[in-house]
Order: sequence, then structure tokens, then C-alpha cells
Amino acid sequence: MIELQGISKIFNLGKANEIVALGRVSLCIERGEFVTLIGSNGSGKTTLLNLIAGTESPSTGVIRISGQEVTRLPEYRRSQWIARVFQNPMGGTAPDLSILSNFRLAALRTQPKMPTIGITEAFKKEVRDRVALLQMGLENKLNQPMGALSGGQRQALTLLMCVMDRTDILLLDEPTAALDPRSADIVMQTAKQLIEMHQLTTVLITHNLKDALQYGNRLIQMENGDIRRDLCATDKAQLTLKDLYAWFE
Amino acid sequence: MEFYLAAVLIGSCLSSMSLGIFITMKIFRIPDITTDGSYTLGAVTTAVLITQGWSLGFVIGATLAAGALAGLLTGLVHTRLKIDALLSGILVMTGLYSINLTLLGRSNVPLLQQNNIFDLLILFKNTVYNQLIIVFLFILIISGLLAYILRTDFGIAMRATGSSESMTGALGINRNAMKITGLAIANALTALSGFLIAQYQHFTDASMGIGIVIVGLGSVLIGDTLINTLNIKLLWVQLLVVVGGSIVFQMMLALALASGINPNMLKLLTAVLVLVIVGIPQIRLRRSL
Repeated sequence: MIELQGISKIFNLGKANEIVALGRVSLCIERGEFVTLIGSNGSGKTTLLNLIAGTESPSTGVIRISGQEVTRLPEYRRSQWIARVFQNPMGGTAPDLSILSNFRLAALRTQPKMPTIGITEAFKKEVRDRVALLQMGLENKLNQPMGALSGGQRQALTLLMCVMDRTDILLLDEPTAALDPRSADIVMQTAKQLIEMHQLTTVLITHNLKDALQYGNRLIQMENGDIRRDLCATDKAQLTLKDLYAWFE
Repeated sequence: MEFYLAAVLIGSCLSSMSLGIFITMKIFRIPDITTDGSYTLGAVTTAVLITQGWSLGFVIGATLAAGALAGLLTGLVHTRLKIDALLSGILVMTGLYSINLTLLGRSNVPLLQQNNIFDLLILFKNTVYNQLIIVFLFILIISGLLAYILRTDFGIAMRATGSSESMTGALGINRNAMKITGLAIANALTALSGFLIAQYQHFTDASMGIGIVIVGLGSVLIGDTLINTLNIKLLWVQLLVVVGGSIVFQMMLALALASGINPNMLKLLTAVLVLVIVGIPQIRLRRSL
């Protein structure tokens, strides 16, 4: 599904403050895999995710999605495969727009946005039903601006928005980092449900090692811009939290 | 009385421009001052085509296209060359001054005997009332169209572009194309104000656009203050409030002039007025802290 070949990313090339964020990483993620990405700050996790999403382009190497080369394809064109949840709860939604409008755009992620009215009664009902599944009572507040909601509510809604349109790949960049433990739990549970229901290929970045153990069927540890460890589901199942902590010492 | 009705009329004519500035400033959050140029461009296009005998419908279309082209240019400079929006606007506006002068042929063209949108309707003896009805209808249609566009899927994508950078890209919206489109729509609306004013005052002047962006800015700020204090959520009401802001602004200028202020001081007065509108909420805020 996702193929990275000899990918490197160097910021400020040739200047005194040159930083090698990623050095010649190759990685192949199969359809339906749920990869959990861990690593200390500056290890290159977010850069890797941004390269897949297309917000940054690599200094060297080739990126393929679904067999198609996308190395130079801008972010908004890659959205035909990829849906994302950002670390910042403000990132994935438009705060000035209503919940309904946000969902309308999400429903058109892979399609052109035409000058026709798309928020019909049928669409409202669909959104209401989907939002009701969160059991946050938001289904009656669909006309409220997104900005009026709490971080946890916004992250949960962003997740739902990810599957409003056809999705192959879900990128989760520390989706619970800004949330309290209870909201974080709801968001991760919702993510798990949606990933299973829609059989999404997923990459999750997390600093929460408990989450890293609990979620995903492949675990990758990044260090200094390279892949340090890459564990398949069976190896991952035998890990304990203690092992994981030891990796960071 | 006539004096104030004239202010209402001018305010209505300029409200199309205010709607344009509302789009760039409040929806896209881009400070665009191509306005001075595209407003005059609208008036120049109108003068040139009307004197050649073209129908009003055609002139409206051409005016919209000319304004959109100006906005497109600013948008391209801003997004492709990554030049600050403010500077992009200044560059295009400055260039347009020469273009306007060239198109017009001389600095001032009178429009006395030609087709005039304000002569289309004769219901009352007093021409001011006829003019008012025409301009109100015109602005109502424009606001209605705009409100419709903003409610469509395309319009939602436009509004999202100004609201969240990261979200729009992730949802397959080409942010640069959206900004360019927004600037084109805004400047097309601005040109339409030039179209109306040229016919209202029966002439086009190459320098009539100098400082007009401040008038639009002041109108939008009045509208915005009302939108915030009254907590207006409905988009079409917001648009009508901006039109109202444009009329209120002209009324305030008219009041000041009626009180005996030297007309040479008009631009200074306009600037001070906008300063007061922007400044008062700040002063009030500080006191309440």
C-alpha cells in the first residue's frame, strides 16, 4: 500500500544548521497493516508521516502509494487515498465552520467541490446518525461552529470525518497528545473501531507506550532519522511495557 | 433629505466592493488592496464600453471579467511567486493605474448621453427614489448570488481555506487555487461598484479609486462590529449587514460634510473615521481589563 524507497529528508542543506531528519529510510507497509511508530523527539517520526501525507517532499528517494508513484504529488492530490488526524485538535477541522460543513467537506475529500448545495436533509441525517455513535451528545449540535467544541470532541469528530469518504490510508499523528486520559481513551477506541470496520491501512505515531503496545499489528521504533527496530505482530505480542521502556534508555 | 438619500445611494453602490473586501478580509483572511485599481478598472471598462454603445448586460459581464482578471493577477503573484498578499495587491494596483489611463484615453470621460442603468426604471417623479430601487435590487441580487455560492460545497471549501490551513490540504482542497478564485470574485465585485458609481456620477475618472479601499475597509469593520455584537451566525444576514455597514459609512461621511467640513478634507476624514471604528473597541477593551 505504502512504499518508501531510500527516502531521506535534509533540512537547510549545505548550511551551518543542516539537519538530517531522515537518512535513507526504506519501508513497505502492506494493505491493512496497522503500524505503530514510536521514537524519541527528533527521531524523524513526524517527518516520515509528513512525507507520506505529502506536506513535505523528500530530498532523495521514491514514494509509492497503491503502486503509483506520488513522490512529487502535492498533499491535496494524495488525499484521494489518505485521511489524517493531527496532533493539534485544531488542525483537522475548520473552527469557523459548523460541524455539518466540516463533515460536508470531509465527505468530498476525494471529489471535486462543486458549486451546488450539498448539505441536504439526507446528508444531515447521515451525519447525525454517524455522530450519534460517539455518544457525546453532539448529534443535536451540528450547526455549532467546530471551534466551540473541546479538543477531545474535535479529535473524535475528525476521526469520523476521515471515513466520510473512500479511505485507504489513515495517518494518526499523536492524536491524543493534547487530550485528557478519558478523552484520549475514547478517541483511541473510536479509531480502533473505525480502522477495523473500514480495514484501513494505518500509521499511528504515539509517545504513549501503553497505546503502542495495545494498538497495531506492527511496531516500528525510529532513532536518529532511521528505523531502529521493526517488529511484526507475533514479536510485538510478546513485548512487555518494561521492554519498551528499556528501548528508550 | 436629498443629501442623505444620495449618501444611501453611494453607500449601496459601494456595497458591492464592501462585499468583496468582506470575502478577502473575513473569509480568506488575506489583506487585499488591489481594490483601488480594480474599482477604477470597473469604472473604466464601463465608460469605454458604454460610450461604444454596448448593452448594459454586456458591460456588466465585461466589468466582472475585468475585475476578476485583476484579482487573478494578484492571486497568481501572491501564490505562485510567494509574495506577501499586501505587496502583491500594491503591485497590481499600481500597474493598473497606467492600464486604466491607457484604456480610458484621457483622465476623465463624461457619461451623459449614453445608456445608464439608473434610467432603467421610472416609477416616481423624484429620480432619487428610482435610483434607490434600482441599486437596491441590484445589490440584493448580488448578495443573494454570493450567499448561495458560499452555501454550496465550493463555497464551504472557500470558507474552510481561510479558517484552517492544515485541514484544507488534508481534505483535497487546492488552497492556492481557492485563494486565487477568492481574489478574483472579490475584485469582480469591486469592479461592479466602479460600474455603478461611474453611471451614478455620470463620469469615470482615472484617479477615482485612490483611497477607496479604506472606504470598503471601514464599511466591513462597521459590519463586522455589528455581526460580532449581535452574534449573527447566518451567512446571508452577515452579507446584508456588510451592505448596511457600507451605507452607514457613507451616512457618517455625509453628516460630517453637512456639518461644514471642507470637502478637501474628505480623505483625511475617511481615514480618521476608519481609525475611530478600529480604535474604539480597543480602547474600550483596555478599560474593562
